[in-house]
Amino acid sequence: MASPVEQFQVQPLVGGESAVAFTNSSLWMVISAVAVTVFLMASMRGRALVPTRMQSLAEIFYDVIANMIRDNVGSGGRKYFPFIFTLFMFILFCNVFGMIPGGFTVTSHIVVTFALAAFIFIAVTIIGFATHGLHYLRMFFPHGAPLWTAVILIPVEIVSYLSRPISLSVRLFANMTVGHVLLKVIAGFVPALGIAGIVPFVFLVPLSALELFIAVLQAYIFTILSCVYLNDALHMH
Amino acid sequence: MPQFDPTYFAPQIVWLAIVFVVLYLLMSRVALPRIAEVLEARSTQISHDLERARALKAETDQMVAAYEAELAKARSDAAGIIAETNQEIAKKAADRQSAFGQDLAKKVEAAESRIGKARDEAKAHVREIAVDVAREVAQKLLGKAPDAQAATRAVDDVLKDAG
Repeated sequence: MASPVEQFQVQPLVGGESAVAFTNSSLWMVISAVAVTVFLMASMRGRALVPTRMQSLAEIFYDVIANMIRDNVGSGGRKYFPFIFTLFMFILFCNVFGMIPGGFTVTSHIVVTFALAAFIFIAVTIIGFATHGLHYLRMFFPHGAPLWTAVILIPVEIVSYLSRPISLSVRLFANMTVGHVLLKVIAGFVPALGIAGIVPFVFLVPLSALELFIAVLQAYIFTILSCVYLNDALHMH
Repeated sequence: MPQFDPTYFAPQIVWLAIVFVVLYLLMSRVALPRIAEVLEARSTQISHDLERARALKAETDQMVAAYEAELAKARSDAAGIIAETNQEIAKKAADRQSAFGQDLAKKVEAAESRIGKARDEAKAHVREIAVDVAREVAQKLLGKAPDAQAATRAVDDVLKDAG
């Protein structure tokens, strides 16, 4: 029987071990991006005044992200809307496509989630300094706190600020990895138990539904936390 | 776990960057403007429709008000005509009644004079008949009829007594 972690194996399809090798991970990134594009373009093709089902779905995605930015960032976040929207759709499709049997979950790799989180962290920090200048350093020492608490507060705030990309990336990576491992382990019992394998099989059905839910939820959480960090950079706290 | 094998870290980051940038460009240049355009068109259409509905409603209200005014005017006109007609009818009835009364009085008068004349005539005839009857009776009783002058005188006397 295959190991439960074999599903995470990255295999080069073209280019061997070079830095630009096209792997199964790259393939599923491309599939997700193409799916996002095709879904949006095809469903909006009619540009109908009264939307079709697919068109309303595309519009719902648009509205959800637009509302998320309006509620969490405010009007200053409008120009980051395309980025946040791309981030959400990409993570969502990568997460959900990871549920396809025989597929590959791009977001179950810490290097991918950390690259995204690090990019957001760096971008948000640059936006913060660009908006507030050196005043952005006040982030690490809240207004109204007694001066002597600076000794404790500043290191704590710095650690909490620096841990943002780590928590953001580890949350997504861990959720995707653990859920898929669990599914694989239980699925392994099905053939092993013979006729009694029906029991873990029945258990797999709600678990798969739960995994699907987590795939959507984690995409949402990753996106909304990005919005929160962006809001901190624009308005401080 | 393969996640911690650094062999394929570089290709994953490289392809993530390529795919994400391409997707970002597709979203920001093509897909999102299209959705925004459709949403914009819809909200414009809706507000435009609402405005038109409001204008139509105002127009309808105006028409209803005009219709009601017209109706009220027609009602008062009708009431006026009815009152006028009633007056006319009453006048005509009174005229006719008085004309009829005069006519009737005239007829009654004529009839009364005719009756009076007839009575006088009848009275005159009664005298002649009475004279004739008296002479006949006298002839039967006495065998000889008195002359007409004496009989007339006797009858006149009796009639005078009878009134």
